[in-house]
Amino acid sequence: MKLVEHFESGLDAPICLTWELTYACNLACVHCLSSSGRRDPRELSTAECKAVIDELERMQVFYVNIGGGEPTVRKDFWELVEYATAHHVGVKFSTNGHRIDAERAAWLRGNDYVDVQISLDGATAAVNDRVRGAGSYNTAVAALQHLAGTGCKLSVVVTRENVGQLDDFKAIADTYGAQLRLTRLRPSGRGADVWDTLHPTQAQQRIVYDWLLRHGESVLTGDSFFHLAAYGSALPGLNLCGAGRVVCLIDPVGDVYACPFAIHETFLAGNIRTAGFAPVWRESDLFRELREPQTGGACASCGMYDACRGGCMAAKFFTGLPLDGPDPECVMGHGEPALATAIPRKSSVDHSIRRRAMVPVTIVQRPCNESPV
Amino acid sequence: MAFDLERGWALSPQVALRPEPFGALAYHFGTRRLSFLKSRTLLAVVESLAEQPSARAACEAAGVTSDQLPQYEKALSTLADTGMIE
Repeated sequence: MKLVEHFESGLDAPICLTWELTYACNLACVHCLSSSGRRDPRELSTAECKAVIDELERMQVFYVNIGGGEPTVRKDFWELVEYATAHHVGVKFSTNGHRIDAERAAWLRGNDYVDVQISLDGATAAVNDRVRGAGSYNTAVAALQHLAGTGCKLSVVVTRENVGQLDDFKAIADTYGAQLRLTRLRPSGRGADVWDTLHPTQAQQRIVYDWLLRHGESVLTGDSFFHLAAYGSALPGLNLCGAGRVVCLIDPVGDVYACPFAIHETFLAGNIRTAGFAPVWRESDLFRELREPQTGGACASCGMYDACRGGCMAAKFFTGLPLDGPDPECVMGHGEPALATAIPRKSSVDHSIRRRAMVPVTIVQRPCNESPV
Repeated sequence: MAFDLERGWALSPQVALRPEPFGALAYHFGTRRLSFLKSRTLLAVVESLAEQPSARAACEAAGVTSDQLPQYEKALSTLADTGMIE
C-alpha cells in the first residue's frame, strides 16, 4: 500500500487539526470562510477546551491550528495556549494582529511551541483593506513589526486582486523574518458571496502555480493548491484532499466538520460534547464514508486525475458542483462548463454581523444567498 | 555528509513519534517538521537507536537484512539531515 493510500483510508488521529475557538471577530472580511462576526453563546467553556486539549494529547495530535473568528478576543485565549503547549500540543494560531502588542510579542518570543500567523490579503493597504476592512493592513503590519525576527508566518489568501503582488508579499515576509504562507480562496462561508469576483482567473492560476514551483518549500501552502498539480509537477505537500482523513475542524460550539472549509451540515460528523473528539474522528459515518476509495466519477477518464485527485471537496460543494466531478478551478478547464448550470450552496451556519455593510460596492453579491438544497 | 552507520545515534529529545499502520509520524517540535517513517521496521530501528551502540546494530536488531540495509541507511540519513535523529 502506498503512503498516500494510507492517508486516504484515514489515520487513528488527525495529522493536523483546525480548531476555531470563537465566531467572534473584530473584522468582517468579505471572504471569511466561517462567516464570523458574532460570538455564539454556546461556545465551549474554558474547562471544555482544556478537556479537548487533554484528549488531543492522548491521541498524540502534535499541534492544532487555532483560528476563528479572531481567537485572541477570547478572554481565556492565552491561558488555553499555555495549557496546550504544557500538554505537548503545539499551537499555531491565525490572527489579524489586533491583540499583538509589544508586550504580547515578547511573551510569544519566549514560548517555543507557539507559531503565529498574521493574516494579510493585500501587499498594499488599498488591496488588503477592500477585503479585510479599513485599517486592517496597518494592524497586521504593526503586529509583524512587533513579531519581527520570531519566525512568524504571513498568511495570504490568494485572490484575483493580489495575484500580482506575490513578490511583494514575499518581500514583506522577508522584511520581518517571517515565512510566507499562501492559501487558496474557497467559496466557503462569506467566501460564497465573493468567489465569482475574487477567485483567480485561469491565467492567474498558472501564474500562482509557476510562482509556487519556483519557491518550493520556502513558501508554505497548507497543501491547499493541489488542484494545480494537474499543470504537471506536484507541489510540495501531500497533494490530496485530507478532509476527514488526515484533517478536520472543531468549531467554537464543538461541532466537528470534515475540514475548515466545510462548515455545512452535509460535512458535520458529530459534536465533541457527546463523548469527546476521538469517537467522532474514528467512528462517525461521515468520516468513514470519506475514507472509502473514491472512484473519480466524471474525472476518472481524465489523464490528470492521479495528479489533482479531483480537487477540493469544499470548493465543489459550495459552487454547486457534484463531489465526484471536476473542481470549479480545474486547470484543464472542465470546471467552467459545469459551473454554468450549477446552483451555489450556502451554509446556514452564519455569525455575520448583519448591520454592517461588509461588501465593498465593487464586489457584487451572488444573486442566490439561500441554500437551494 | 555521508551517514555514519557505525556511530551511536538517538532520537532528538524534541521529536515525538506516533505509530501508525504504515509506520509512524515523527514530529519535531523545534523545526515544526513532520516526517513519515514508512515502515514499522524503520520505527523499530529509530526507537532502538539510543540503546544500540551503532545505527548498524539497531538495524540488525530490528531484523533488517543486508540487502535492505542501503535503503534503511538512506532513510536514517534523511532523518539525520533534518535533525530528527542526532
